Amino acid sequence: MMARFSDFRLKGLVFLAIVVFALPMFISNPFHYGLATQTALVAAAVVGLNLLVGFAGQISLGHAGFFGLGAYFSAIMTSNYGWSAIPALVLGAVFVAIIAWIVGRPILRLKGHYLSMATLAVGFIIAIILNNEREITGGPDGMPVPSFDVFGWELSVFGQYSLFGMDISGDLAWYLFAGVVLLVAVWLAQNLIDSPIGRALRSVHGSEVAASVVGVNTAKYKSLVFVISAVYASVMGALYGHFQGFITPSVASFDFSILLITMVVLGGMGSTIGVIIGAVVLELLPQLLADFQEMEMVLFGLILMLTMIFMPKGLLPTAANLLAKRRAKSAGGDA
Amino acid sequence: MTALVEVRNLSKAFGGVHAVEDVSFSVDAGQVYSVIGPNGAGKTTLFNLITGLYTPTSGEVKLNGESIAKLQPNQLAERGMCRTFQQMQICMNMTAIENVMLGRHLTLKSNLLTTLFRLPALTRGEKAAREKAAELMEFVGCGEYLDTEASAMSYGALKRLEIARALAAEPKVVLLDEPAAGLNAVETAALEELIRKIAGQGITVMLVEHDMKLVMGISDRLLVLNYGRVLAEGTPEQIRTNPDVIAAYLGG
Repeated sequence: MMARFSDFRLKGLVFLAIVVFALPMFISNPFHYGLATQTALVAAAVVGLNLLVGFAGQISLGHAGFFGLGAYFSAIMTSNYGWSAIPALVLGAVFVAIIAWIVGRPILRLKGHYLSMATLAVGFIIAIILNNEREITGGPDGMPVPSFDVFGWELSVFGQYSLFGMDISGDLAWYLFAGVVLLVAVWLAQNLIDSPIGRALRSVHGSEVAASVVGVNTAKYKSLVFVISAVYASVMGALYGHFQGFITPSVASFDFSILLITMVVLGGMGSTIGVIIGAVVLELLPQLLADFQEMEMVLFGLILMLTMIFMPKGLLPTAANLLAKRRAKSAGGDA
Repeated sequence: MTALVEVRNLSKAFGGVHAVEDVSFSVDAGQVYSVIGPNGAGKTTLFNLITGLYTPTSGEVKLNGESIAKLQPNQLAERGMCRTFQQMQICMNMTAIENVMLGRHLTLKSNLLTTLFRLPALTRGEKAAREKAAELMEFVGCGEYLDTEASAMSYGALKRLEIARALAAEPKVVLLDEPAAGLNAVETAALEELIRKIAGQGITVMLVEHDMKLVMGISDRLLVLNYGRVLAEGTPEQIRTNPDVIAAYLGG
């Protein structure tokens, strides 16, 4: 008898927690912490995108738009209007949810390439607005974002903090915060998947007809998951802005949308831990390839191509399959 | 006894092709009602019209006296109508029991808050849904597959799984589109037994089927379609001796 989904779920979360909290033992310089923090935040946004793409089988080639909207909403509210970070982040998420719902209702009636084109356009429109509204967004030059604050307590990469009696640097503090955010994002996503709502979402992917004949309002669930994944992107965008201290419209760019989708596909659609691995690989690979200078993008593309050709299901599902096969083989050999 | 499903002058044209033309019949609650006919007679089109996948060109379908011809499949499920498909519609991205639990969708009241934080109200509902689904899988005869991925199951088992999912929605009437297609003699006999058990629970069963032996054995009434029109309607005995039916089937 196979193990139940909930067991996998707990294992995945525990594994992830160990990795997140063990990492600081192996790295120490601010650059590495910065990279890890950024990766954790982007990975959390990818976990949200995976709900839409991997589980509900819909696509969004404009998700960076929602990431950018969340980032700019928080940046504008905190920097221009002196709001505190949490209310700015929450209101930004509500704002993005409304936008995603209004946009999602009509475009999610489309399928396949047509939906790709429509979401692509949504992303472009948001990027264009952020570029052109100089008065509010600072245009292509970008705008500064204040530190993240909670009830007067400020989280800054330049700060010094103490945690359980230990002195920790601002870089490490930000990393730990981002790590916890990622764990919460994963926990919420996994709860969603293993529920009546989650089954309805997955059935939209598996068979829309089957879903509808047992009473699933497929249009409603498509909109719902689109909104949820947009809120994930918005919240992570807001935190990303606070962490970087400065944002430009590139956070909402087409390139970033494609990067997010690539992380989902590379890591393994429909595998929450898999897409995090996808995010880690794609965030780190350019750093590792930096030594090759002008060959960097060529190698990057080559690695992506080879991975997709030989592991079309993504890194983690392919690895899991191999392991299962090997196990079955050795079990067969014993008998 | 009042009719549970009532079809009046139903027609569907695809361009110039009249797939279903002026079909009328009614199904009483508790009956096993079969639709038969040669290939291309419009049987599946008729099912698609009744279950809201197609919108009729003209005519009316009533469920419990309410007109349902313009409703979506999910709205019909809310009113107690569920079906299976000739081309099986199984969610291959889920396990067997999750497919059946999907059938419980309408009976599981959940909101985003209890879901995201996995509050006790949700886990209670899930536990009950899982028990019910396991029971149904046992009932249809695929109880050994509970947590198997649907993609790893055999064709015959998936056919039964699809019926379990339809039953999980607690329908008043369930429409089975060629449930015996692709099954061997032993599996067909088991299916006949299963359909009797379903009818025995007071669920009305509508059937599209090619297997004459199966259909004649379990149906209370039959509808024979030919080129989209009603050729005959009646009890198995009446159909068996109807000269028009014999002519259509034997080409005489």
